[in-house]
Amino acid sequence: MRSYLVLFQMRFIRGLQYRTAALAGVLTQFFWGFMYILIFEAFYASSSTPQPITFHQLVNMMWLQQAFLALIMLWFRDSEIINQITKGDIAVELLRPIKLYEFWYARLLAQRTSSALLRFLPILIVASLLPYPYNFVLPPDAFSFILFIITLVLGVLIVVALSMLIYISMFYTLSGTGSILIFGVIGEFLAGLIIPIPLMPEALKRIIYFLPFRYTTDLPFRIYVGNITHNEAIISILIQIVWIIILYIIGKLWMNKALKRLVIQGG
Amino acid sequence: MIQVEGITKTFQVAKRNKGVIEALKHLVRREYTIVKALDNVSFNIKQGEIVGYIGPNGAGKSTTIKVISGILVPDNGTCNIIGYTPWKDRKEYVKHIGVVFGQRTQLWWDVPVIDSYQLLKDIYKIPTNVYQNNLELLTETLELKELLNTPVRQLSLGQRMRCEMGAALLHDPKILFLDEPTIGLDAVSKKAVRNFIKTINQEKQVTVILTTHDMRDIEELVNRIILIGKGKILLDGTLDEVKLKFGSEKTMVITYSTQFKPFDFPIENINGNQLRFMINTNKQSLPQIIDKVSEYVQIEDIDINHLPIEDIIVKLYKEYQL
Amino acid sequence: MLYWKYVKILFKSQLEYRTSFILLSIGQIFVPFSVFLGIYFLFQRFQEIKGWSLWEVALCYGIIHIAFSLSECFARGFDGFSRLVISGDFDRILVRPRSTIVQVLGSQFEFTRVGRLLQAVVIFIIALAKINIEWNVLKILTLLMMIISGVFIFTGVYMIGATLCFFTIEGLEIINIFTDGGREISQYPISIYKDWIKKFFTFVIPYGVVNYLPLLYVLDRSDKVFYMFTPLIGILFIFPCILIWKFGVRHYLSTGS
Repeated sequence: MRSYLVLFQMRFIRGLQYRTAALAGVLTQFFWGFMYILIFEAFYASSSTPQPITFHQLVNMMWLQQAFLALIMLWFRDSEIINQITKGDIAVELLRPIKLYEFWYARLLAQRTSSALLRFLPILIVASLLPYPYNFVLPPDAFSFILFIITLVLGVLIVVALSMLIYISMFYTLSGTGSILIFGVIGEFLAGLIIPIPLMPEALKRIIYFLPFRYTTDLPFRIYVGNITHNEAIISILIQIVWIIILYIIGKLWMNKALKRLVIQGG
Repeated sequence: MIQVEGITKTFQVAKRNKGVIEALKHLVRREYTIVKALDNVSFNIKQGEIVGYIGPNGAGKSTTIKVISGILVPDNGTCNIIGYTPWKDRKEYVKHIGVVFGQRTQLWWDVPVIDSYQLLKDIYKIPTNVYQNNLELLTETLELKELLNTPVRQLSLGQRMRCEMGAALLHDPKILFLDEPTIGLDAVSKKAVRNFIKTINQEKQVTVILTTHDMRDIEELVNRIILIGKGKILLDGTLDEVKLKFGSEKTMVITYSTQFKPFDFPIENINGNQLRFMINTNKQSLPQIIDKVSEYVQIEDIDINHLPIEDIIVKLYKEYQL
Repeated sequence: MLYWKYVKILFKSQLEYRTSFILLSIGQIFVPFSVFLGIYFLFQRFQEIKGWSLWEVALCYGIIHIAFSLSECFARGFDGFSRLVISGDFDRILVRPRSTIVQVLGSQFEFTRVGRLLQAVVIFIIALAKINIEWNVLKILTLLMMIISGVFIFTGVYMIGATLCFFTIEGLEIINIFTDGGREISQYPISIYKDWIKKFFTFVIPYGVVNYLPLLYVLDRSDKVFYMFTPLIGILFIFPCILIWKFGVRHYLSTGS
């Protein structure tokens, strides 16, 4: 366990060192958040029927999405891991006394966390200074905030587990790009990053609630803005835990299979 | 045809210190050091010369090459190369030069070599008959026949370097800049490349400027050496002059049968009945040395080895504190 | 012309990696299509956006994405320019007796963007079918000019982004705001946005002259014929971009790499 923590720390500090990249990233994300907000504003202004989520709540969700993008995007590209898989340099890793799944998991987790930590605060602070209804506000009550933190953390664990599945699939496709692009897009759509889930057609919503994707972003952020009741939130936390366990088991089993295949084939 | 006069160039390099505190400071403010890459560099090179441009890493070799190939503007100084100022008349000037970078290729990686050559023909607007002639000549001299239809990525380093040489000469440049052309090559390929350079220099009077760390390149190809260190030209002379000045030290190996008295002069090595030591023909003539040695041993055989260029260069570096 | 010879050699290079090529192209269909799907669903809920219907927006979307994917193909050399500077291959370009712009354009050609192009064309055609337009030659010409103009604008922005590489290697993703961001914004006719955004995207980076004014003309929302010529302004945008590029090259020549 200790070695994973050390690894986490190393990657974390490394991630903190990219100053200009971070600044550029912050500006870019701020822009994108703002753009989506403007588009939604135009839509909302064109209709007088009340929506499942108010405009101001949606605005806050957009800000949260941008601020925590590193924690919720499905596909987080790690060139080193990709290289190791596609070029079969796994031998080096397998010779070390570590479990590959946990090793990569910790690494991916650290990268995302350091990236998010660099960026979320500036985005949210600036967003909070905007005039109503564009401004970022605090959650309606303290309990919502606590639920938000819990579901966000659990959500990150889910999304990393999901991305691990994509990495494991690369043992079979041996390509770093094409298939990943497709998975990434589908996953992000189902998580509500292309169109917010409350605004989706009802039929689609029913399918989405069965999948794990929305538990990474839709859930925590809607809790934050107060669009999900506390009761529903608590039940959702249980569902999150179930998903984490399922994805972990599937991931480990699949990876073992893939590694065995690699060893048999001789890499 | 190459006249370089008083070229100076300084760079600003951002300082990067280690540690977390420094990294945080770096976030807020950047510090710079000023590096004088070239300091009043001057030399003249005539057409048809092969010049070895040597010096330790960071001495200013690549900076000089960049200036005289027109891709870097110096702070001061003038440059007149075949009538052009490289950085001012870039597009016209580069038509007459060829560059080979040892590490990087100018060929397109995934397609057959001949396709790259074709594209270069279009880039340099080489007339078809000239192109055909050159292609034939280069294919023959560099033995490219089997390589032309192979994608570059499938070639060995030696094969690739031969193709690079060909590519650099398709457009009949008057000057050829070679940056570490034999680096990483096996002995056979090195020999082939060196032969080729000698041939085109003799047949087409191509002026060659060669930067290298490989002293055999110097020995086999070069008739003139320019040494640059810390941005300054430290030495500019023919290879013979350099050898004369610094190469007067040699190694002598004496095979003997009987020893008369213990050796009381510095020796390098005794192996069985072979004695090896350094001599300086500037200080003592050979007959004098042989006389002296006869006092110590019964000489059966004598072998004298010139100090290899490598050692001469090391001595040079030491002398100039590089 | 030299540029097409570059494209030929790059195409041959890409064919060596056939499966990856095909997969990427397919992926390139999915990405923008998911965005369109999102728009489609939003229209199911909201019916219209500031007076524009789904298929009118789809037409705008189609035009912009066609222009964008074409410029992504052609100007990829500028988009990925940092790669050339870092590897030192730009020095190689400077040592050749040709224009830097032609050579950079010829350094990369992203064939896989054909995926995005395909889905844009499909949506474009469906949109045209679903909208009632009184067609005449001038309107078809306008549509063509809108696309061409868009290509020039996007290429110009890529060029500016590449020029940034001469001054810094970090933080280049900022330029995405104007390329990807510009594309996402101008998917919708810019009249839906606030005033200052409209002004920025008309006078600074002129996407508006591509997607809004001529669109008004094509859809008969305006009878000002002169609107059909506004795309020409977009084409002119490339000239200041070329100047900026040349300035960047001069800076590179005096500071080295």
